[in-house]
Amino acid sequence: MEITMRSFWTLIHGMGFGALYLLACSGALVELYRFTTSSAPAEPTLGQERFLKGYMLVMVVLAWAAVLTGAYVIYPWYRAAAPPGTADLSMFPQRLLMSSPTTIGWHSLGMEWKEHVAWLAPISITMAAFVVIKYGRDLMHHRQLRAAVLSFTLISFVAAGIAGFFGAMINKYAPVQGGHTFQLSHGEEK
Amino acid sequence: MNTSETAVLPRTSILPNGSGAAAILAAGTGSFALAVLAFAGDKSAAVKSSLVFYKPTGPLSGVTTTAILIWLFTWGILEWQWGKKTIAAERVIAVAFVLLGLSLLLTFPPAVDLF
Repeated sequence: MEITMRSFWTLIHGMGFGALYLLACSGALVELYRFTTSSAPAEPTLGQERFLKGYMLVMVVLAWAAVLTGAYVIYPWYRAAAPPGTADLSMFPQRLLMSSPTTIGWHSLGMEWKEHVAWLAPISITMAAFVVIKYGRDLMHHRQLRAAVLSFTLISFVAAGIAGFFGAMINKYAPVQGGHTFQLSHGEEK
Repeated sequence: MNTSETAVLPRTSILPNGSGAAAILAAGTGSFALAVLAFAGDKSAAVKSSLVFYKPTGPLSGVTTTAILIWLFTWGILEWQWGKKTIAAERVIAVAFVLLGLSLLLTFPPAVDLF
């Protein structure tokens, strides 16, 4: 069993940061929804308040880590230009997708959308975390702020979901591969 | 049971909503700036090449870096103006939602291709 350096980074980006962010987002949405839709939200304990603030901070870190590794580590490998006359495009995922009418949409719609919409996630969740941290229990007195935080968190979740879906599908049809190979284990012959 | 974990702090004065509204409008503005820059880069070769801040990442580097700077700058200005005030948040939040909605639309390639 082995994995290449580029595959490893793709794993860190998608499964490590992206998927974990989506999971964390679903938890935050439930908590924020409960807090927002209640006409008289129960006053949180100090421990609950600390936990929510810490949780939102972790989400901010995950969201930024996901977009930054995506844009500055993996995307350059994805969009690398193939030298003229290259027949095997497996090391050039964007060119590989664009070389066939059956896969070009994964780039022209999928990657073109994903590379931009994904950034709405960290911007939105940074705002949401700032408001939660700044106001804390005082947010109970600001129904409009609570509703905005919930809505932006939902958009953040949708944006990350779009990016995650297309990321997974693009990596299925044109995986980012290459670089140093790590041996994870030596399989035994059956 | 640890009392510090369950204690409810006594209520103090209510924070004004200006700081929260500033963060919300800035997030909408930053998102919209990102979408407009991406749109402009798609429509103009000159804009596209001017947005290449880091060659391996291409125009995406300029789109996102510029949008983040616009977002943080807007946030700083709004926080300075509204941070200690209570403002009519409803209208501000509505504008932020419109900007966020337009951002979603402008980042969707089939919508961009209509122009």
